[in-house]
Amino acid sequence: MLAALIFYLFAGILSLSALMVITARNPVHSVLFLILAFFNAAGLFVMLGAEFIGMLLVIVYVGAVAVLFLFVVMMLNMEFKELRKGSMRFIPVGLLLGGVLLTELVIVYQTWKINPKVLTETLGDSAAAPEVPLTNTEALGQILYTDYIYIFQGAGMILLVAMIGAIVLTLRERSGLKRQKVADQQKRQASDVLEIKKVTPGTGI
Amino acid sequence: MINLPISIDAIIPEITLACGAMFLLIIGALSKRIITNTLSYAAVLLLIFTFFLLVSLNWDTSISMNGFFVMDSFAGLIKSAVLLSMAGVLALSTGYMKREEIVAFEYPILVLLSTLGMMVMVSANDLLSLYIGLELQSLALYVLATIRRNSLRSAEAGIKYFVLGALSSGMILFGSSIIYGFAGTTNFTAIAEAFSANPDMKLGLSMGLVFLLSGLAFKISAAPFHMWTPDVYEGAPTSVTALFAIVPKLAALALMMRIFCEPFMGLQDMWVQILWVLSVASMLVGAFAALTQENIKRLLAYSSIGNVGYALIGIIVGGTGGLGATLYYFLIYMAMTAGTFGIIMSLRREGASLEKIESLEGMSKTHPVQAYVLAILMFSMSGIPPMAGFFGKLFIFESAIAGGYIYLAVLGVVSSVVAAYYYLRIIKVMFFDEQVEELQYETNVPRDAVIIVSILIITGLVLMPEPLLIMTQNATASLF
Repeated sequence: MLAALIFYLFAGILSLSALMVITARNPVHSVLFLILAFFNAAGLFVMLGAEFIGMLLVIVYVGAVAVLFLFVVMMLNMEFKELRKGSMRFIPVGLLLGGVLLTELVIVYQTWKINPKVLTETLGDSAAAPEVPLTNTEALGQILYTDYIYIFQGAGMILLVAMIGAIVLTLRERSGLKRQKVADQQKRQASDVLEIKKVTPGTGI
Repeated sequence: MINLPISIDAIIPEITLACGAMFLLIIGALSKRIITNTLSYAAVLLLIFTFFLLVSLNWDTSISMNGFFVMDSFAGLIKSAVLLSMAGVLALSTGYMKREEIVAFEYPILVLLSTLGMMVMVSANDLLSLYIGLELQSLALYVLATIRRNSLRSAEAGIKYFVLGALSSGMILFGSSIIYGFAGTTNFTAIAEAFSANPDMKLGLSMGLVFLLSGLAFKISAAPFHMWTPDVYEGAPTSVTALFAIVPKLAALALMMRIFCEPFMGLQDMWVQILWVLSVASMLVGAFAALTQENIKRLLAYSSIGNVGYALIGIIVGGTGGLGATLYYFLIYMAMTAGTFGIIMSLRREGASLEKIESLEGMSKTHPVQAYVLAILMFSMSGIPPMAGFFGKLFIFESAIAGGYIYLAVLGVVSSVVAAYYYLRIIKVMFFDEQVEELQYETNVPRDAVIIVSILIITGLVLMPEPLLIMTQNATASLF
């Protein structure tokens, strides 16, 4: 009973805020509603027992992606009203294409068959199931560096390429920049830069 | 040997390449001076070293890394070709990059990492490793297309390539998720088993396969997924264009061969139709759209689209005969393209790189040797006997007729006759048109070496075309 109540609470707020994301006039409000939607989706995942995906959603999507959106929206200062002006024209075409795709998927869905093993066999049923049930995070941690080491390292190489790419394409060496050099500052002696001159009164330097 | 929980023997070449690339990256980043050239030569040596490691491996079929990685004689042959051609492409590009003042030391590193991605692709035995390999090679290539970042056209090429490439990666992922949803596994062997146990999930799997195939068609630039090719080839620096034209398509074609022969063999009647359309469309687009091109790089882009069409014929026919003919054809195509790009990169006119076909006017009078070399390459590309390109086409069409695909063979011959027009036009411009401005040929030892090797391969195959065909057919036998 309580679980159902919480589910409907999360699901209701999720749907409403998703709706607000596309209807809100102010783009900053859209992004804030998006964050609310992510939080509620994370709540739903936790209810399903997938706490790791829930945490990922909060950390990656709220912590990084949505904040990045917020920055972009605030920094670009775009006229969103101008952008929206023509968009109503595309709605009929969009609905038509979406309708065609949906009909196709429904037709296909009614006839296709799923591998029966997928429906009956879940992770918990396999013979190697441990006596103390593992949490999601522990289960993922156990296979990521062992069974999936090849894929994991491959993904690491992709991130390396992404980093090299970002640096190659954006880093510019600019001349004439003043940078702080701590070592040089430390090495500086009074005798290098100071000169004491005797000034006789009345003559000036 | 250290005792590891999983055997890494089969992936030693990949590990070497990855560690070598990272080592060179650190050297490049720490060095005070710009050492792009030195790093390029080191990268060529690393690729050749990796090739020898690969050759010393056992090429019997073995699956390792928890089912993600397969090593067999097919993967061995393709990986050797990828490594050697990448070394060739790097040798081609060193002089060019220096002259065009593209000094980013990351250039050879990105080439190495993209090679690593291709090796992962070729050895993929799982949808996950397929995607990781594909993404690793594409991501490095997107950056390479944009590496001349001050040029508007290079940036445009990079953006176009990136956006369309990301779209195709999305399609591949969507298709993979559908396949996973139905088969309950991403492993190629297990997908094949699940399908043969439950033939009624054909519809669901073919949905996934359509998306997977569309994404792969983007990567090999088969029509109608070819729109990005001419613009990207034109905008990218010529040395990068040479790379795009020569190597990645071999890896993607090899990947297609593997997924059609292993997990989706049971869906043959489905994918043969799709490939048929892709192949015919590519051949026709490659032949007709290239007729009006004035830019050499755009011309070669359309030529590569057409050549992918011919290569797909062999995959449609299937069996060791068809696949062997495809590999044979594509290996020769790679050698010819390397030679052609080598000559084009060496030619200069008033200090600027060559772009227009008409700039070749009267080349036979000032540079007869180079003109004859380019003429041999063009004759070979258009498939005129007795050049190697003729044998490539001959074996492809022979396999198509033997497999009962008469229409495909007829369309192939027709489009290759049309395509011969623009290859021969280059020869006509070189030999029969009057020279307007002087051409300079810039000698560069590694580049000239690549051109000589390319010519040797093409003329050598004229004398004995059979051994390579037998080699490719034996290699593809390990897929079945």
